[in-house]
Amino acid sequence: MSKIQKAFENGKAFIPFLTCGDPSLEVTEKLVYAMEEAGADLIELGIPFSDPTAEGPVIQEANMRALSGGVTTDKIFDMVRRIRKNTQIPMVFMTYANVVYSYGTERFVKTAAEIGMDGLILPDVPFEEKEEFSSVCDAHGLALVSLIAPTSHERIATIAASAGGFIYCVSSLGVTGVRTEITTDVGEMVRLVREHSSIPCAIGFGISTPEQAKRMAGYADGVIVGSAIVKLCGQYGADCVPHVAEYVKAMKEAAISAEAH
Amino acid sequence: MSGRFGTHGGQYIPETLMNAVIELEEAYNHYKDDPEFNRELTELFNDYAGRPSRLYFAKRMTEDLGGAKIYLKREDLNHTGAHKINNVLGQVLLAKKMGKTRVIAETGAGQHGVATATAAALMDMECEVFMGKEDTIRQALNVYRMRLLGAQVHAVESGTGTLKDAVSETLREWTKRIDDTHYVLGSVMGPHPFPTIVRDFQSVISKEIKEQLMEKEGKLPDAVLACVGGGSNAIGAFYHFIGDESVRLIGCEAAGRGVNTAETAATIATGRLGIFHGMKSYFCQDEYGQIAPVYSISAGLDYPGIGPEHAYLYDKGRAEYVPVTDDEAVEAFEYLAKIEGIIPAIESAHAVSYAMKLAPQMRKDQIIVINISGRGDKDCAAIARYRGEDIHE
Repeated sequence: MSKIQKAFENGKAFIPFLTCGDPSLEVTEKLVYAMEEAGADLIELGIPFSDPTAEGPVIQEANMRALSGGVTTDKIFDMVRRIRKNTQIPMVFMTYANVVYSYGTERFVKTAAEIGMDGLILPDVPFEEKEEFSSVCDAHGLALVSLIAPTSHERIATIAASAGGFIYCVSSLGVTGVRTEITTDVGEMVRLVREHSSIPCAIGFGISTPEQAKRMAGYADGVIVGSAIVKLCGQYGADCVPHVAEYVKAMKEAAISAEAH
Repeated sequence: MSGRFGTHGGQYIPETLMNAVIELEEAYNHYKDDPEFNRELTELFNDYAGRPSRLYFAKRMTEDLGGAKIYLKREDLNHTGAHKINNVLGQVLLAKKMGKTRVIAETGAGQHGVATATAAALMDMECEVFMGKEDTIRQALNVYRMRLLGAQVHAVESGTGTLKDAVSETLREWTKRIDDTHYVLGSVMGPHPFPTIVRDFQSVISKEIKEQLMEKEGKLPDAVLACVGGGSNAIGAFYHFIGDESVRLIGCEAAGRGVNTAETAATIATGRLGIFHGMKSYFCQDEYGQIAPVYSISAGLDYPGIGPEHAYLYDKGRAEYVPVTDDEAVEAFEYLAKIEGIIPAIESAHAVSYAMKLAPQMRKDQIIVINISGRGDKDCAAIARYRGEDIHE
C-alpha cells in the first residue's frame, strides 16, 4: 500500500495545504509537525509561483510573500530533507507546470521522489497535457494527482480511469478561496469517479468551516483546506503554529464525524 | 496532441476550463468555413471596421533613408485605431453564435479592451475588461473610452499590475463564470485554440498586403516588419508570406531599457522555454521558472511571453526577432510623425525603428512593408512625459 493510500485509512482524511516559506521555511517545517500532531493525514506543500492562475487572493499573496522572502525550489527540497528525518507523514507538492518544467521535469521529479515526497499536483496540467509529466512521475514512483471540476462532466470517466494517488475534486467554479456556500453536486462527481475507479477522492476549494468539512467528508474520502490555513499564516506570521494546529484539530474532528452519504 | 506549433502551444489550463476551450474549438471549426458566418464577418470588417486598410507608399521616409522602398500597412486607420478590432469582431461574432451573452477580456495598452468593448456594444453583449493597475494610469484615456462604450473596467493590482496580471485575472474570472461567458483573448497566445483563432482573424492583414502590393508593384515584398508582444499583429502581417521563402519576416520585440538590463520585455532575446498562461513557448523567467517582471515603455508589448507560433517560426529560422529599446522606439515615434504626418502607436514605432536601420542597407528596388498596427494618439501623454513634458490629456 502506498503512503498516499494509507492517508485515507484513518477515517475521513484531512488534508491541509501550506505555501512553503510563508512566513518562513522554518515555520513551514514546524507547521508540518504540528499539523501531523493535530490529526492531518496528508500534507500539501505549495511551491510558490509568481503567477498562480488557479489561486484566489489569499494564496496569491502568500506566494508573493514567500518569493519576496527568497524561497526557491532548492531551499524547499532542503526543508523536505530535514522534515523526512522526523516524520513519514504522506506529503505531496502542489505547484504550477512551469516550476517543474523550468527546473527540468526529470530532475525535479527524481529529486522529489528521492527526498521522500509522495505525489505532485499541477493545477494547470489537465488530462490532455499530463503525459509529459506522468511518464516521468511513473518512472520515479511519484503519484501525479488528477483534478476534476464541476465542469468536467463526461471527462470524469477518462480522468478517473488513469488517475494516480487520489482524485482532487474541485468543489466549485472559480479559484481557491473561502466560500460561504458550496452549491455544486459534489456527491454526483464522486459517484462518477466511483464508477470507473476505486481511487480515494478528496474535496477541495472553498472549504473553511467544520460544518463544511463534515458535509464534504460525507461525500468523499477526505477534505482539502488551503486558503483558510494560509490566512492564519498571514494573520499570525511567525506565531501561527498553535493557531493552525488548533484549527486542523477541529477540522479533522469534524471530518471524521461525517457519516457516509 | 492538438494545437501544437512544433513543441510549442498546448492547453495548460485548469480542468475547470477544459470543456470551455473544447466547446470553443468545436464552435470555431463549425463556423470558420460557414458561408453565412464569413459573409457577416466580411461585412463587419468592411462596413464597420473600414477594411481593407490602406497600403501606403511612404515616399518621404523612403527618400530620407535612401534604401528600400517603404510601404506602411495602415492598421491604425481601422475603427478603434488598431489591428485589435479584426480579432475582436471575429471572436465576439463567434461568441454570439455560441449563445454567449457576456464577454471578458484582458488589455495592456487598452486597445484590445477598447476593441472588445466596441464589439460588445455593437453586438449587445455584456463586457468586462481586466487591465493592470499600472496600465490604467499609463492609458487613462482608453479606460474612459471603454467605460463610455458600456464596459466595466477592473484595475488588476496583483503581481506587477501589468498585462500578464491582466491575463491571469481574466483567466481566473473565466473559471468563475463559464456558461454564459466567452473570454476574448487579445493575442495569438493562451491555450489552444486561441493562438489559431486569433491568427486566422488577423491573417486578413497579410492577405491584403499581398494583394495590394501585387497591384502596386507586381511583386512580393522583401521584408515584412511588425512589433511583437504576444504577436497578433505580427502573425497577421506574416501569415500569408510564411510560404514565400524570399520574404524576410521580422518581429520587433520591446527591449525596454536594453536586453542586458532587467528592464526588458524581449522574450526571444532573453527568455527560455517554459509553460505559462496555457501554452508552452518562450518566456522571460528566472532559473526557478518564476515569471520575470518585464518592462517596456509600451504597455501593449509589456508581456513576458510570445505566442507559440512565433516561437515555432523562430525555431525553424523562418522569422527573425530583433530587440528595439524604449529610446529607439520613441525616436521612431517622433520621426514618423514629422516625416510622414503619421503618429504610430508606440508599439508599432518599434517596427518603424528597425525599418530605419534596415532600409538604408537594402537596395532601392527592394521593398519593406511595416505594419503600423495602431495609431499613437493614446501614447502622446506618455511620450511627452518621457521627454520631460507634462501635458493634460
